[in-house]
Amino acid sequence: MAAGESANAKTMTIIVTKGTLDWAYPPFILATTAAAMGVDVTMFFTFYGLPLLLKKLDLQVTPLGNPAMKMPMMGMHMAMPNLVGVLPGVTGAATTMMKNLIAKKGVASIEDLREAAIESEVKMIACQMTMDLFEYKLEDMIEGPTLGGAATYMENALKSDINLYI
Amino acid sequence: MAEHVLDAKGLNCPLPILKAKKALKDLPAGATLRVLATDPGSVADFQAFCRTTGNDLLESKQDGETYNFLIKRSA
Repeated sequence: MAAGESANAKTMTIIVTKGTLDWAYPPFILATTAAAMGVDVTMFFTFYGLPLLLKKLDLQVTPLGNPAMKMPMMGMHMAMPNLVGVLPGVTGAATTMMKNLIAKKGVASIEDLREAAIESEVKMIACQMTMDLFEYKLEDMIEGPTLGGAATYMENALKSDINLYI
Repeated sequence: MAEHVLDAKGLNCPLPILKAKKALKDLPAGATLRVLATDPGSVADFQAFCRTTGNDLLESKQDGETYNFLIKRSA
């Protein structure tokens, strides 16, 4: 049963507020999996989550201020001291390391998960206020998302079984 | 009817489920899909997926490092 096939389908909304390489995963994994399980999903992209709708993604991850980020290395787990994390090039290196791990472990790319979400008819709303605030243009975004604001989100959330904020 | 096989070995969560759903969609009701996976999380996930979607998980077994699921499309 695909999302939308049944009038009795469960519904879920996700507010997507973060756009780093690591935090882009939970909303897209849950949205695609829920859709595969017959759930009607609406994603609302706001603030730093909005750039996840850009045609060309350039997601990065930083160990700065995140002591929980420990990369597996030679059988150990290595954390990066904040003092090192501030150096130029460290964000790029951490991003490359994470992308290599993602590919090596058979984890989907965000591009693939986003494509799967669109294919399974996950509804996407781009926050109009964030578009204005950070000066994004609709033509820079992928096809599919509609524009909306808090009231558009609330209308969906009020009749939804699950509402998540990520 | 020939059994359909989905090789999801080497793929991590949620790809085995997403690919299985896609494959099931193209099958007629009553047809079966065999899924091969190496993700240990897929054992619990295919049970949950089938319970929620109403498809039948006819088999769930392990051959070495490969998990082997047989799903009958009933919904």
